[in-house]
Amino acid sequence: MMYDDIAAVSTPPGEGGIAIVRLSGTGVIQAVAECFLPFNPQLPLPARASFSLNLGWIVDREKEKIDEVLVSVMRAPKSYTGEDVVEVNCHGGTLAARKCLEEFLQRGIRLAEPGEFTKRAFLSGRLDLSQAEAVVDIIRAKNEKAMKMAVSNLEGKNSAVIKNIEDRLIRLNAMVEASVDFPEDVGELDYREAGDILLELEEVLNKLIRAGERGEIYREGVNVAICGKPNVGKSSLLNALIRKDKAIVTDIPGTTRDVIEDYINIRGIPVKIMDTAGIRGTEDLVEQIGVEKSIQVIENADLAIFMLDMGTGISQEDMDLYIHLKNKKAIILLNKEDLAHKHIKPEDVEKIFKGFKIITASVIEDRGMDELEDAIENMVLEGKLDSDDLDIMFNMRQKKALLKARSTVQELRESLESVPLDCLGVDVWEALEAVGEISGKTLKEEVIDRIFRDFCIGK
Amino acid sequence: MLYDAGKYDVAVIGAGHAGCEAALAAARMGCRTILFTLSLDNVALMPCNPSVGGPAKAQLVREIDALGGEMALNIDKANIQVRTINTGKGPAVQALRAQADKREYQHEMLQTLLKQKNLDLLMAEVEEIEAPDRKVQAVITKTGARYECGALVVTTGTYLKGRIIIGEVMYDGGPGNQFPATKLSAALEKAGLRLGRFKTGTPPRIDQKSVDFSKMIEQPGDEKTLRFSHISPENGRPQLSCWLTHSTRETHQIVMDNLDRAPMFTGVIKGRGPRYCPSFEDKVVRYAHKDSHQLFIEPEGRETDEMYVQGLNTSLPEDVQIRVLRSIPGLENVHITRTGYAIEYDYVFPSQLKLSLEARAVEGLFTAGQINGTSGYEEAAAQGLIAGINAVLKVQGKEPFILKRSQSYIGVLIDDLVNKEADEPYRLLTSRAEYRLLLRQDNADLRLTELGRDVGLVDDYRYNRFQEKKKTLEEAREKLKKTTFTPADQTMSGLLEQKKSAALKDRLSLWEILRRPEMKIRDFVVAGWLEDPGPEILEQLEIQAKYEGYIKKQEDQVARFNKLEDKKIREDLDYDQVYGLSNEARQKLKEVRPVSVGQASRISGVNPADINVLLINLEKMRRN
Ligand SMILES: Nc1nc2c(ncn2[C@@H]2O[C@H](COP(=O)(O)OP(=O)(O)OP(=O)(O)O)[C@@H](O)[C@H]2O)c(=O)[nH]1
Ligand SMILES: [Mg+2]
Repeated sequence: MMYDDIAAVSTPPGEGGIAIVRLSGTGVIQAVAECFLPFNPQLPLPARASFSLNLGWIVDREKEKIDEVLVSVMRAPKSYTGEDVVEVNCHGGTLAARKCLEEFLQRGIRLAEPGEFTKRAFLSGRLDLSQAEAVVDIIRAKNEKAMKMAVSNLEGKNSAVIKNIEDRLIRLNAMVEASVDFPEDVGELDYREAGDILLELEEVLNKLIRAGERGEIYREGVNVAICGKPNVGKSSLLNALIRKDKAIVTDIPGTTRDVIEDYINIRGIPVKIMDTAGIRGTEDLVEQIGVEKSIQVIENADLAIFMLDMGTGISQEDMDLYIHLKNKKAIILLNKEDLAHKHIKPEDVEKIFKGFKIITASVIEDRGMDELEDAIENMVLEGKLDSDDLDIMFNMRQKKALLKARSTVQELRESLESVPLDCLGVDVWEALEAVGEISGKTLKEEVIDRIFRDFCIGK
Repeated sequence: MLYDAGKYDVAVIGAGHAGCEAALAAARMGCRTILFTLSLDNVALMPCNPSVGGPAKAQLVREIDALGGEMALNIDKANIQVRTINTGKGPAVQALRAQADKREYQHEMLQTLLKQKNLDLLMAEVEEIEAPDRKVQAVITKTGARYECGALVVTTGTYLKGRIIIGEVMYDGGPGNQFPATKLSAALEKAGLRLGRFKTGTPPRIDQKSVDFSKMIEQPGDEKTLRFSHISPENGRPQLSCWLTHSTRETHQIVMDNLDRAPMFTGVIKGRGPRYCPSFEDKVVRYAHKDSHQLFIEPEGRETDEMYVQGLNTSLPEDVQIRVLRSIPGLENVHITRTGYAIEYDYVFPSQLKLSLEARAVEGLFTAGQINGTSGYEEAAAQGLIAGINAVLKVQGKEPFILKRSQSYIGVLIDDLVNKEADEPYRLLTSRAEYRLLLRQDNADLRLTELGRDVGLVDDYRYNRFQEKKKTLEEAREKLKKTTFTPADQTMSGLLEQKKSAALKDRLSLWEILRRPEMKIRDFVVAGWLEDPGPEILEQLEIQAKYEGYIKKQEDQVARFNKLEDKKIREDLDYDQVYGLSNEARQKLKEVRPVSVGQASRISGVNPADINVLLINLEKMRRN
């Protein structure tokens, strides 16, 4: 029997520095290859032998790097599941692994059910007969755990929001189906009401997705990189933020050579803060490597703090670095405001770096630090703040289901008037299925009840 | 005194819509068949609404036809009006509906039965079933005749311990005041089947002479002559109209004032009635905010003055029924010819059946139709056909004939019946068919004719017609795909402009152009690009082209669905030996005994984890 392609993060969340995404199925080598950029371009994944290790990056469709990874390929039948298996070791930990997984899931790979790898291992004969009962126990246990996790997310206020979504969707489906199955009793579909429901649904789904992303940020944290030319005060800022003298500070440009990281908590958000080597053209080999690494770190970061030195003015080096920041979330910090002779006017900065949040500060005199923390919080949560105080954490399955529900609802809204009812109904089933997955229910079964509840049927 | 009355391959009890199909199928497949009926004057009786078809039901009738059944042909001979319902809501839910001439329908069916080779009809009440060793052997009639049979199909509708209720009045009776079957329930229970009790109802009939139609809205049939069967001749029968009126506040007040006399509310009727067919008193109470309900006045036939009051099924006392009717516009002076009533009857819990409709408890015993807790003539006929086919296959020692949910509404119907628990009579809906975009009335023949041929029910005439149609269809489709146009083509540009359709950018085929919502295949015929293959094929091509995306999507879903359907489970699997099932799942699986993992996954109470557990265990057993 041929199975479809599945994937899941196979290391427990939050433990250890490396997290693994495991994939299994006939199409997974090809699918991973599509988003894998090997360090050695001569060695594309499909050409690699079984049990080979491959260093490179996972990249998204825009070829933006998601994480540095070590990929191992194990071909059928000599693999855990007996199918082609790929394991992606993500250096960026759980969060990076989740992002890689999401990338794979966008390429037609399905999120594995709890215990599914083990199940396949058994069904393909990789596990022997004596292990059958153990396999059953694993499936049972994993299912129960997954159910519990899903359910604990859906208590209190959250459950009311989900219920509301389910309810509207069931109502919409009942409207369509009633019009189709009982045309004489119900008449035509009320397109205005249907449109309103879809609009509301989209709004609530958006809110929920935003709340989920917010929850994810509070749970998983973000990476913030401090960058700028040498001597601008990056290490000083790191030390100020973590309130320790961790990084060496001197007035010699090029002091910091390697990436220095530490963890702090900004307004409840776990932040991994990274001080980088000052970026400049340099002949020094050690510094060169440091600069390369800095650029890598900046590209991977969720947010960059781009520091400018008010004492030196804006130089070519600043502009060179700026190129790497153009499409990033970044805050511009004008440092050394305390200096008597300043060569930067905030108005100029605003003109050159249009649209960026600009803060004037003096790290040495502890000025502008609160404003910086405010800005970090706002940027990280950008667009995810809402007047409501939904506090929700979705697991990957739920998140995937929500996104699917939203895209289906959007499509439905666009096609509402142009698609015939029989097809429209089928599309609504799809949305119902997705929303049902959030709480593990089969909502379609409630539609027929709803028809009889909401409509006067009966000839 | 018992006497030996003969030996048949297949015996069928009950000549309603299920029984007629079962008996005809068995006889046509070459089995010596006997059909018992309580009254030969009431073969194929329509005791409730005088119509056939409508959403989901029309699809069923077309499927019955494609498989070589009789219902479609019969209604085509006996209709007084045919219409297409749901035009403009998409081809998957478009449905034919015919108003039937009830007498003519019965007459035509009786003629067909009488002419059928291998089939004997007999008016008799069967009282006992002999099934030693849990295998059907013979049936015994009230008059002491013992008929041996290889397989038995029981299609007794609502006759089993039928009880009629009209207000305070109650008496034993079958539908339309026929005799009920009083002994057969006990015989079925003795054979090992568990029975439940359902309720349904019917409205009063009225005399056309006493109706003032000037106060109603006329509902004529379609202009075109529409037919259910692909092989019915065009007969262009004159169409009779139906009439639309509505209840008033006064009507509802009369109902409310008399609720204390309504068996639905006094607790006299215990069985739950179908929600899709509530009694009028139920509607008035539940939708108290509505001042008025639609009522359709429909002729019961050409040769009768009796009319059916669609929407007013009721078990209110007779005097209240009269007052209710007379409060309705156009019925001020109405005369009732038959009083509305509710009927309670025994049914067989369908979870006791296999997908072949054979009872698990008794080999060779099949049940079909309303006895299985369904409603509707069409649902009954469909089951009758399948039960008849499987009775024959049983006698011949062959594998049963089972249609999948992904192939047909018949498959959906039977699969639901066996796997889902229902607390009301089951009615088919298009919403129950998850692959409904594939299961259309327009392609029933393409889906099922080959299967009907394999089983031996599709005769040469039907089969040749089908082959011809398929060939023409394929040729025309090829033509559409191969004929291409460049942006430079004048005629095509003209047509597109006329249809307000975007000009071509690249070379496109007619097939691709047809996908545009504003384009109609007729225009291609008019332009001379396609030879006219007739309206049926044009319609088919247009649907296939325009819905290609949706159809493809559903076909992919079906492919996934079939993976688990194809994982078979042995019938005698010992579920106590299956490690790790939840208790509820184990219980349900033992009861239903699904034939595939797919079927198991649809049984209420069996969850996805149980299915995975089952897969592991099945693999373990395979390897052992
Ligand atoms: N006047 C003034 N001096 C500052 C301020 N912040 C940092 N400095 C000084 O600037 C010099 C360089 O600071 P660092 O923090 O080492 O700068 P850096 O950006 O890490 O430099 P590299 O590691 O070489 O890239 C030190 O002498 C700091 O004391 C400030 O706000 N005002
Ligand atoms: Mg430094």
